[in-house]
Amino acid sequence: MSEVLVLVDHLDGAVRKPTYELLTIAKRLGEPSAVFIGDGAKASDVVDKVKKYGAEKVYVVDDAQIKGYLVAPKAEALQQLAEKTSASAILIPSTIEGKEIAGRLAIKLGSGLITDAVDVQEGPVTTQSVFAGSYTVTAKVTKGTPIITVKPNSATPEESEGAGTVEEFTAEVSDAAKGAQIVASQPRKASGRPDLNEAAIVVSGGRGTGGDFAPIEEFADALGGAVGASRAAVDSGWIGHAFQVGQTGKTVSPQLYVAAGISGAIQHRAGMQTSKTIVAVNKDEEAPIFELVDFGVVGDLKTVLPAATEAVNQRKG
Amino acid sequence: MNIIVCVKHVPDATADRKFEDDNTVDRVGVDGLLSELDEYAVEQALQLKEKAGDSEVEVTALCVGPEKAVDAVRKALQMGADKGIHVVDDAIAGSDAIGTSLVLAKAVEKAGAESKVDIVLCGMASTDAAMSVVPAMLAERLSWPQVTMASVIESQGDQVRIKRDGDTATEVIGASMPLVLSVTDQSGEARYPSFKGIMAAKKKPLDTWSLSDLGVDAGDVGLSVAWTEVEETTARPPRSQGEIVKDEDGSGATALTEFLASKKFI
Ligand SMILES: Cc1cc2nc3c(=O)[nH]c(=O)nc-3n(C[C@H](O)[C@H](O)[C@H](O)COP(=O)(O)OP(=O)(O)OC[C@H]3O[C@@H](n4cnc5c(N)ncnc54)[C@H](O)[C@@H]3O)c2cc1C
Ligand SMILES: Nc1ncnc2c1ncn2[C@@H]1O[C@H](COP(=O)(O)O)[C@@H](O)[C@H]1O
Repeated sequence: MSEVLVLVDHLDGAVRKPTYELLTIAKRLGEPSAVFIGDGAKASDVVDKVKKYGAEKVYVVDDAQIKGYLVAPKAEALQQLAEKTSASAILIPSTIEGKEIAGRLAIKLGSGLITDAVDVQEGPVTTQSVFAGSYTVTAKVTKGTPIITVKPNSATPEESEGAGTVEEFTAEVSDAAKGAQIVASQPRKASGRPDLNEAAIVVSGGRGTGGDFAPIEEFADALGGAVGASRAAVDSGWIGHAFQVGQTGKTVSPQLYVAAGISGAIQHRAGMQTSKTIVAVNKDEEAPIFELVDFGVVGDLKTVLPAATEAVNQRKG
Repeated sequence: MNIIVCVKHVPDATADRKFEDDNTVDRVGVDGLLSELDEYAVEQALQLKEKAGDSEVEVTALCVGPEKAVDAVRKALQMGADKGIHVVDDAIAGSDAIGTSLVLAKAVEKAGAESKVDIVLCGMASTDAAMSVVPAMLAERLSWPQVTMASVIESQGDQVRIKRDGDTATEVIGASMPLVLSVTDQSGEARYPSFKGIMAAKKKPLDTWSLSDLGVDAGDVGLSVAWTEVEETTARPPRSQGEIVKDEDGSGATALTEFLASKKFI
C-alpha cells in the first residue's frame, strides 16, 4: 500500500490532537507515515504517541538548522520526503503555518491543493464548508500528489497500533528557504480552559459584555467549555485575538455554541454556523443571531448568565 | 521603493453567494467589490508610503479577474494607490489558487522588469475562497521569503519586521526585500476614499494586461487545467429557528438551564 504523509502538529514535541485525526484519515487512504519536524531529542515520545494511531513509519526531521525560519524549509523537507516515498497523498493540519507550507509544497510538487477540509474519504474526496458555512463542497485533486489541509475535529481519532518504524531524514534546506527569520517568539499563556479549536462547548461574548468577560468565563467553566469572542470584543481590547471566532478568527464547530451579547454578523457566523447546537443570549429580540439558534433568551446577559451558571453548578451538585 | 498590492474582486459576502452550473463561484449574479481583507493591505501599503515620504514609494494595485474586477483596482486607486494593473483574459476563468498565483507572479515579474519590485503585499485571505495560500504560493513562485499574517509592519532600509499572532505564539518575523507580505484585519482600519481621492483616481494610470502580455500559455490556467476539481456543491439547509424565550425575573436562566440539561450538556 502507498504511503500517506501526515505532518505532525505539535508544540515543542507535545503532539496535538489534530495529528491523531489526520492519522485516522490517512488510514482510509493508505499507509499512514507521520512526519515529525522538530527536536530530534523529543522524537521517541512522539513516536510512541503517533504509533498508537496507526503510524507505520515515522520520519524524524531534526529541525535544529531550520527551526528559526518560517514555512519554506518545512515545505522543502516535505517535498523531498514526498519524492523519496512516492507518497500518494499528504495531509497537513489546517493552521496558518500548515496552509502556507501546503501552498509552497503544491507549487514545488506540481500538485493540486485543497485547504480546510472538514472530511476526507477514499479517493481522496474532500468535503469543505464554504461561503460562511452556507455551502458544502466536495472536491478532489486532479494533478500530482493530493495535498490536503484538514481542519481540527474532522475525524474521531481511532486507536490502532502501527509499526512506528523510525527513519531519520535529513532534509537539504536551501539558503533561499531561510529568508524569513523568526526573530522573537512569545508563547501564548495557557488559559487552563479547553482549546477553542478542540472544545465540545464554546461560550462566546461580544460587544454586549461591555468589556466584562467574567459572566462568559464563569458560564464556560460551569459547562467545561472554551471561551470565545466576537471581533468587536477583540477590537475593543477586552480579550486576545486568539479567542476570536469568525471569518478572520477561528472556525469552530462544537456540540454547543453559546453566543452572548453578539449580534450575529455574517463574519461571525462564518466561524460558528456549523455548530451542532446554537444558543444565544441577547437583549435585542431582533438580533440576527436568533435566526440561527436552537434556543434563545431575550434578556440581559449580565443577569441571565450568572443565574444560569448558578443553576448549572447546582445541578452538577 | 515599489510596492505591489494584490487586490481581489469578490462577491459581496453579505449577499446570497452562489455557484454556477460548472461549480465555479458565481461572479456575475452577485455584486462584487474589493475584498475587505485586501483593503487592509492597501492601507498598509499607503502607510509605508507615507512613512517613507511620499515621493520615494510607488504603490501599484494588481488584480487578476474578469472585466468587472477592475473596480477593485479603481477602489485601491481612490484610496491612494499610484497605479493599477488589471490582468484580464477569458482563459483565466475558473483558475484555482495555483493558476491565480502563476498569473500574479508573472505580472509581478513583468512589472519588476520595468522597475524593481520590493514588496508584494497581500490580504490575509480572500473573502470568497478564503484559502490564505496565494501569498505563500506567490513567494514560492518568485523564490522570495514570505512574512505573512502581520498585524504590525516596520521597515527600515531593505529590512522588514512584522509582528503576528500565530496559532500558538506571538512572533516577530524579519526578512529582507524583495519579499511577500500579508496583513491581517488587526493591522488597522482601512481609510475611505476621499472626494479628492476619487477625482484623482480617474487620472491615474491603469494598465490592462492579457495572458499573452505576460507570456503565460492560456493552456496553463483556467478551469479545465485546474489541479483540483469541485465535484458537488450543496447549499446547506438553513437552520430552523428554535425556541426563543423572553427573560422575566430569572425565567430565562431557568429555561436555558433546562434546555441545556435536555440536550445533556449538563
Ligand atoms: C473583513 C471583516 C472580517 C470580520 N471578521 C470577523 C470575525 O472573524 N469575527 C467576528 O465576530 N466579527 C468579524 N467581523 C466584524 C463583524 O462584522 C461584526 O462587526 C462583529 O461580529 C460584531 O460583534 P458583536 O456582535 O459583538 O457586536 P455588535 O454587532 O455591536 O452586537 C452586540 C450585541 O450585543 C447585544 N447586547 C448589548 N448589551 C447586551 C446585554 N447586556 N445583554 C445581552 N445582549 C446585549 C446587542 O443587542 C447586540 O446584538 C469582521 C468584519 C469585517 C469587515
Ligand atoms: N485574483 C486575485 N487578484 C489579486 N490578488 C489576489 C487574487 N487572489 C488572491 N489574491 C491575493 O491573495 C490573498 C489571499 O488569497 P487566498 O489565498 O485566495 O485566500 C488575497 O488577500 C489577495 O491579496
